[in-house]
Amino acid sequence: MTRRTKIAAALVFLGILHGLAIFAGFLAPYPYAEQHREFPYAPPTGIHWSGLQFLVHGRLFGVREPGVVFLLGSDAYGRDVFSRLLYGGRVSLLTGLLAAFLSLSLGLALGTAAGFYGGWLDRLLMRAGELVMALPWLYLLLAVRAFLPLHITTVQAFFLLIVIIGGVGWVRPARMIRGVVLSARERGFVLAARGFGASDAYLIRRHILPLTLGVVLTQATVLIPQYILAEVALSFLGLGVGEPVPSWGNMLAEAQQYHALVAHGWMLAPGLAIIPVLLGYLLLADTLMAPASRAR
Amino acid sequence: MRYIGRRLLHGLLLLVGVSVLSFVFAEMAPGDYFSELRTDPRVSAEAVAALRAQYGLDRPLPVRYAAWVASVLRGDFGYSLAYNSPVGPLLWGRVRATLLLTGTATFLAWLLALPLGIWNATARGTWFDSVSKVVLSFLLAIPELLLAIVFLMLAVETGWFPAGGMVSPGPERVKDLAWHLVLPVAVLVLGMLPTLVRHVRASMAEAIDSPFALSARAQGIPRQRMLFRHLLPAAANPLISLFGFSLGTLLSASLLVEVVMGWPGLGPLFLEAIMARDFALVLAVVMLSASFLVVGNLLADILLYRMDPRIRMK
Repeated sequence: MTRRTKIAAALVFLGILHGLAIFAGFLAPYPYAEQHREFPYAPPTGIHWSGLQFLVHGRLFGVREPGVVFLLGSDAYGRDVFSRLLYGGRVSLLTGLLAAFLSLSLGLALGTAAGFYGGWLDRLLMRAGELVMALPWLYLLLAVRAFLPLHITTVQAFFLLIVIIGGVGWVRPARMIRGVVLSARERGFVLAARGFGASDAYLIRRHILPLTLGVVLTQATVLIPQYILAEVALSFLGLGVGEPVPSWGNMLAEAQQYHALVAHGWMLAPGLAIIPVLLGYLLLADTLMAPASRAR
Repeated sequence: MRYIGRRLLHGLLLLVGVSVLSFVFAEMAPGDYFSELRTDPRVSAEAVAALRAQYGLDRPLPVRYAAWVASVLRGDFGYSLAYNSPVGPLLWGRVRATLLLTGTATFLAWLLALPLGIWNATARGTWFDSVSKVVLSFLLAIPELLLAIVFLMLAVETGWFPAGGMVSPGPERVKDLAWHLVLPVAVLVLGMLPTLVRHVRASMAEAIDSPFALSARAQGIPRQRMLFRHLLPAAANPLISLFGFSLGTLLSASLLVEVVMGWPGLGPLFLEAIMARDFALVLAVVMLSASFLVVGNLLADILLYRMDPRIRMK
């Protein structure tokens, strides 16, 4: 496989996975909070084609009442794990994407400023970066979370997570971008443009930023999966998105309870769902980062 | 020695910076331990204010910081409101548990990663290398959190391993402890292994392809001696740096594993402290985790200094 097809394959694969989450409202047979109290911890249902209806109630499939369809079983309240998995993917994947976007924007702004202007600004930013990097990242996330209000709505929690995860993650991209900018600043065409009287803003926009694109893209493929895991970890620990809105993290927290461990293995589904997502990003990152060495 | 001294000073300054920053953050934080109390309608605002004054929380920030530093020097690390005792005694047992877990995991992970990575580097292009690459990539994509839960599930179902905790009552304390260590250590090792093997493979491959390796081979130095005596030291520098970097990831993974498996380390204590808004305890755990990283990086620096004369010249 060539590099190009590998990248395309990874992108298509990831696109499908994200599509599943985005179209949760259509693909999931039930809303995420709909309870079927009469079926707690129902095991995954076998498919019987007779009862299955397609395109009902604006959803892809469903079954006639009073029948239920639990492709991946149900949880303690009789909620469909499959539906919650899709809706939960929305929260987890979106957190990863938005937080990575925030980190990269911050990293790009701060890294470019540090690399381009140098001097005290550079020293200040790099020292601040060292402070942030002085903690193990999960401890850092939890510490920042600790100093913020605990009792908040799920929507607030969602945005809070994005700000925390994205906000503390700027250091690594900023450092790498700074490195690129430092060398770009001395390139011949940049010096020439400066000699012709180009302003700083023009130089950065026209000559420096395009050179950072490669680093930004590879960093994105590294950061997004890491941030998805961060959301999962925080929600798992009860410091992220809470009930009734599902996220892969808070769903896993239910799977950890003793009786779920012993008898309800399907509760692990959200944990397993993370694996293909990580694999997709891993393949993308590996392919992007190792271009020349493959040729040997 | 000047070099080590400089690194030490740098680490200390970093810790001071972290502590000041944490204090400022805690100051800006909405609510504290007592505001959780305040949600109880029977507790009046005056009573809360009186309690704040009693524990010295109404003093200005610099005064409190100075008092905190003094208490760190005494080994108390401030006063935990939730546990109603100095923080220090709460910590030491937890620190031991976390260090035991992460230390064992690090040791085992490197013990496995070095031979595996070296073997992969010598077998580049063979089916063994390809298979191990695929397996390791897959392993890299399995979150530690999931591994921990699945292992716990297996422990509960088979009864071969204790389902969480660190000790169970009975004689044979060392054997019992080792038995409890197996699963959490396994999770951490499996989590670290792919990254370590990749890096070992990459830096060994570079050493193998270098001109001095070719000439050494031409002179007929035996394979084993060549790999471990000549090539490994040449490939060691990035690996030692990796040891420093990987500590942060390890501690993060360890936090999750400790919480899932009920290992009485810093992780569960940290979580409790956050839920109770016990800022003194939060601060102490933050400082400890930062010092672990600082000490780990210092160790890596010292090792680099011993291994590589080029650093001594700088």
